[in-house]
Amino acid sequence: MASKALTEPDDLAKVREVQQLAYTAAESVAQTLEPGVTEKQAAQRIRDYLLDRGVQDWFHTPFAWFGDRTAFRNFWTPLKFFPTHRRLEEGVPFILDCAPVRDGYMADIGYAGCLGTNPIYDQLIADLAEYRELIVTRVREGAPLLQIYRDVDALIARHGYDNRHRVYPGRVIAHQVGTVQSRLPKFIVAGFGVRALRTLVGDLIVERMHHRSPLWADGEISNHPATPGLWAVEPHIAFRGVGVKFEEILVVPPGGDAYWLDDDLPHVRRWQQAAAAS
Amino acid sequence: MTAATMDITATDGVTLRVHESGPSDAPTVICVHGYPDDHTVWDGVVAELALRYHVVSYDVRGAGESGKPRGRQAYRLDQLVRDLAAVIDSVSPDRAVHLLAHDWGSVQAWHAVTGRRLRGRIASYTSISGPCLNHADYWFRARLRRPTPRALRELVTQVRSSWYIGFFQLPLLPELAWRTGLTQWVLARMEGSRSPAVADAVHGVQLYRANMFLQRAAPQPRTTEVPVQVLAPQRDQTVSTSLQTDIRRWVPNLAVRELPAGHWLPRTHPQTVARCASELIEHAEGGPEARSLHRARRIGPHRKRFEDHLVVITGAGSGIGRATALEFAENGAEVIATDVNQQAAERTAQLASTLGPRASAYPLDVSDRGAMEKFAVVLRENHGVPDIVINNAGIGVAGPFFDTTVADWERVIDVNLWGVIHGCQVLGGLLVDGGAGGTIVNIASAAAYLPTRSLPAYATTKAAVLALSQCLRAELVPAGVGVVAICPGFVLTNITNTTRFVGRDAEREQAARQRATALYRRRNFTARQAAREILRAVERNAPVAPITVEAKVGLLASRLTPALLRKLARSDINPR
Repeated sequence: MASKALTEPDDLAKVREVQQLAYTAAESVAQTLEPGVTEKQAAQRIRDYLLDRGVQDWFHTPFAWFGDRTAFRNFWTPLKFFPTHRRLEEGVPFILDCAPVRDGYMADIGYAGCLGTNPIYDQLIADLAEYRELIVTRVREGAPLLQIYRDVDALIARHGYDNRHRVYPGRVIAHQVGTVQSRLPKFIVAGFGVRALRTLVGDLIVERMHHRSPLWADGEISNHPATPGLWAVEPHIAFRGVGVKFEEILVVPPGGDAYWLDDDLPHVRRWQQAAAAS
Repeated sequence: MTAATMDITATDGVTLRVHESGPSDAPTVICVHGYPDDHTVWDGVVAELALRYHVVSYDVRGAGESGKPRGRQAYRLDQLVRDLAAVIDSVSPDRAVHLLAHDWGSVQAWHAVTGRRLRGRIASYTSISGPCLNHADYWFRARLRRPTPRALRELVTQVRSSWYIGFFQLPLLPELAWRTGLTQWVLARMEGSRSPAVADAVHGVQLYRANMFLQRAAPQPRTTEVPVQVLAPQRDQTVSTSLQTDIRRWVPNLAVRELPAGHWLPRTHPQTVARCASELIEHAEGGPEARSLHRARRIGPHRKRFEDHLVVITGAGSGIGRATALEFAENGAEVIATDVNQQAAERTAQLASTLGPRASAYPLDVSDRGAMEKFAVVLRENHGVPDIVINNAGIGVAGPFFDTTVADWERVIDVNLWGVIHGCQVLGGLLVDGGAGGTIVNIASAAAYLPTRSLPAYATTKAAVLALSQCLRAELVPAGVGVVAICPGFVLTNITNTTRFVGRDAEREQAARQRATALYRRRNFTARQAAREILRAVERNAPVAPITVEAKVGLLASRLTPALLRKLARSDINPR
């Protein structure tokens, strides 16, 4: 982050551990999902899983979206992000999203899955690989974040999908992450941990003074190459009532080549298996 | 192929003149004509069917070269079925035959199909404009018993066209009407009719006297398991479509096609009759079921709006074209996506396949007549006759008239106007030739009726498309093909990023594109919303369908206050 760009190997190892933990949580909970389970129950399972494994705080509490809520249809208020009593059914897609904090290190992940089979989901998740490649390539080339956002939009248009990350607060496709150093009490407001939020707000102010932003969106403030540090990147695409995303950390070393923090993640493994199979 | 004529003797000694053609080892199709016709009513159909089948037509007793017994008992349905049986036993002793019948021929064939005498001898039956008298009896009784407004309307329609049946019951007068030429005069005003030989006409009156108004006690319903297809001409002046088609409870394996034609369908649309009959025959012989036949059978509880429809879309690689392709696919249609950009078309087909039936993609430059014609052949060969053709491909050109070069003009006219002309002639031609109706959709623009100094070239092409659509619509009414002109308005698509802005250098052209895109984004009317409106316009066969509010208001204003629009046209919506 602005105050302390997290690119030291020790720090990266810690963040990778938290990210692995979060993805493992999502993947194991995904395997337990059965027809009839509600979003609230799914979110609670992730929460329990992570609290059992040493997570003390949240950047945001776990979210779960089922059915067309994965595509953020009719999300006219941010309250719609919170888990509901919507039940899962056969052939219905889901997204699990959580951002745990452990020992001051935080991850922010998104896991897209589907109960049974759904041809639209299969197509979307296969295409999602292109976005991961596009983003890291363009960041490496030093392209302005605004331009990359537009490149992603162009790819979405070519694919015939909708951009759904523009529904996130601030229309962000990514945001910076770092250590949580606030001394505020552990307290959750509207799903967000106040300590993590305070850190983010502090960064917003500092970065704004440099005419940059820790939030990566399609405004002029994002018209600069990626600032060094860690970025939680979350392209979210949808077609009809199905949305998919991944969210993982992109490492931007000072003046160096950007790279994804970890390739041993469920969606990456899935693409590798599909490539090997074909 | 052979063509032979022979005489067969009926059970009561009457001679029947039978004509055979086509390969004798192929499935046998027997064509039964109606009144007042003879076997020649089938000539056009036989020419088509004989390429693949062993086709037999004969003169029914009282007509053509067959015997003309006197006395009405000789014309009872049971005897007519025995005649049919004699023909079948003679020309196809071992193998079940396919029946194709029209008018009184249909009445006889229904009697055969639903009776015991020919059970197992009939593999399929295509009926045109002739009901089963037993079913007609039920049809009348049901409507008289429950005279709802709809039932009464159907009754009035049918009785109004059946008055002559009552007339034919009178003694001497019908014969007199034929001999004086009065009936011929009435007949001449009907689509596809031909004046019969007076002797045939007079003998055939006995059909009515021998078979009508007999079964007055509630009859036993006559049913059949044989696959039956009813071709119901929409402009039939003698048999209403309801009377022909409201029979599913007695004929479980039923396909119904309403066709844009008059009573003499076999004479006016022989190719359509041959195609429909072949589809049923092939399916009954164990072949795959054609899409149009499946649609005609209306199987399945939750049928989607465009199930079993074939939809062809040009410029389907992006924007409104892609969105329309996807919307049709989602509503059950098989989509053929074409685009000058093959990859984009393939992508559309891929997405469409996740929503509906398997879609296909073809590269196609609509401004290239040769390519269009080749595509039409491939389309027909691989997918059949389309039901809906959407001429969507178009490009944008903006900027002052005097900066628009001849090359700019040629390009925009080639795609926007010639593309639609080729599409209507070549692809729309498939619909017209198919004879089963359909819809041609041309994507025009609100610019067609909203003049602006900013878009002289584009608006000119779109106004031409609108005019073409309306003229063609009038021309294609008899063919049952609707022509729909769509005028979208500001719809957020990639067109603003690809529009050619004339009279500017590259940098300022790019800036103009971004401004236009930003404007459209603020308007935020999506291609999918437009696509939904297009589907609705197809369903209600709208002559002109403005899509967005500005397109609707503009259309109204162009009629109410054209002077105001002319004033507005002076402001440049793409200022430099």
